[in-house]
Amino acid sequence: MRYLPKSDSERRQMLDVCGLGSTDELFSHLPPEARLQRPLKLDPGKSEYEIVDWFRERGLETAPGYASFLGAGVYSHYRPVLVDTVVSRGEFLTSYTPYQAEISQGTLTTIFEFQTMICQLTGMEVANASMYDGSTAVPEAAMMAVRITGRHKVLIARSVHPEYREVLKTYCQHQGMPIDEVAFDLKQGSVQLSDAEAKLSDEVAAIIIQSPNFFGVVEEVKAAADLAHKHGALLVVIFTEAVSLGLLEPARDADIVAGELQSFAISPSYGGPYAGIIATRDKYIRQLPGRLVGETKDANGNRAFCLTLSTREQHIRREKATSNICTNQALIALMATVFMTVYGKEGLRELAQQNLSKAHYLASGLTRRFSGPFFNEFVIEAPESLNDELLRERIIGGVPLGRWYPELQNTMLVCATEMTKREHMDTFRRVANAVSEPALAEGARR
Amino acid sequence: MNYPENFHYTKEHEWVSVEGDVGTIGITDHAQHELGDIVYVDLPRAGTSVTQGKTIGSVESVKAVSDIYSPVSGEVIEANPLLAEAPEKLNDDPHGAAWLVKIRLASPEEIKNLLSAADYRAYTGG
Repeated sequence: MRYLPKSDSERRQMLDVCGLGSTDELFSHLPPEARLQRPLKLDPGKSEYEIVDWFRERGLETAPGYASFLGAGVYSHYRPVLVDTVVSRGEFLTSYTPYQAEISQGTLTTIFEFQTMICQLTGMEVANASMYDGSTAVPEAAMMAVRITGRHKVLIARSVHPEYREVLKTYCQHQGMPIDEVAFDLKQGSVQLSDAEAKLSDEVAAIIIQSPNFFGVVEEVKAAADLAHKHGALLVVIFTEAVSLGLLEPARDADIVAGELQSFAISPSYGGPYAGIIATRDKYIRQLPGRLVGETKDANGNRAFCLTLSTREQHIRREKATSNICTNQALIALMATVFMTVYGKEGLRELAQQNLSKAHYLASGLTRRFSGPFFNEFVIEAPESLNDELLRERIIGGVPLGRWYPELQNTMLVCATEMTKREHMDTFRRVANAVSEPALAEGARR
Repeated sequence: MNYPENFHYTKEHEWVSVEGDVGTIGITDHAQHELGDIVYVDLPRAGTSVTQGKTIGSVESVKAVSDIYSPVSGEVIEANPLLAEAPEKLNDDPHGAAWLVKIRLASPEEIKNLLSAADYRAYTGG
């Protein structure tokens, strides 16, 4: 990043050019109550050493050396060293939008490879150059379904990530797209298709499910697709755990697949930036949002790549574009591209197998809330006090679900990945059983 | 250029041919010529209500995307299935086989607002 200091005299010069007395006057059009009326609480003039030291101390306030069982949309996976080596190259790190194909073949090639690998993983025929993240890919898929079917309503399973559902509501609230939620089976933890069927009508553009869903349960995509199609609606399948694609059957029966690639060598980073994907069938390509790279031939007949079908996009179609996204997550998506290249088909399958095995080892000693098949995370019956007990053992436990699901008080979502060590899983199981036994006994007495 | 005398034209380069209470709509030969090679046509589905002068779809060529404005008000009863398969037909036969949509007219008197073949020919410079 460039460092551009400004002296007081330079500031004055710039203000003079603008005919202003102070920097604050630049913001005078904003209502005063929306403006900060005091200086930022920053110490003036610290040395570089002091700044680095300050951040190092803040870093130590997090939980270095703790084992974590958190998942719920953001997963702890190993990041191969090669990822940062490649994405740090100036050609990628500082490159601009590859509008000019003649000077952008490197970037365009990586995006084309990204799109190809996403199609291979999802079983779809076309994928775009990436979305902001998984959550924003969901409303994009919903809006796409609305354009394709000419219908307005969307059904989304309650077993989809609650925060993704919030993002969908935000996108839909002012554009005449009513949303209805579909219940989940309280035993299996999977979407309750009978409830979806009851809510389907000729106004419904799409059913949106997630697999593995927010509870970690793998959904029956084929059955959901058949139901949606019977009623003239599309099926949108979402994923938050991309590593599951290494092992699970691709959602070939879906019409649109949207998801989050954080698991592919993108560090958790307090929630972003991540990269999302959206993929679909060839016949829907005109309704696909976002940037798309195509293969072509240059003047000499050599294989080459360029941005294509741009008439879907905002810089050409303005308000008639398929979406207001007019970019992609180039650098972050490149991390995922390098990750997929490093692991390859066999490597990804092996990685997914490790995740599956570890999660099932962990689950075997715990009380699962749902009986549906799961990949690397699952819901357990446990009081929230379990997390306090685990912290004493330097373990960060699961995500309590009561805040989103009143009917799931005293449950938590736990995750195991290839990073999870057996000793920590054994500790988790021991503490969980110690915590739940007196709680159960007390429950029995009441 | 040859513009059928029984068609009515708009300054946005659409035509309408009326039979009974049904109007068949297309774009003019001048329009297809200016657009160049047409690669995609986006049309409203049957049942859509349309208003004279409002956008009902778009035509995309290798050069540009242009909106289609309806020359009449009414309800779309059919979109030409040929154009989904072969949009390039619009370059070959814009006044015939490559019509865009058929509309059941809501206000036949609107036709008075449109141009005659002679007027349109003059408007486009012959």
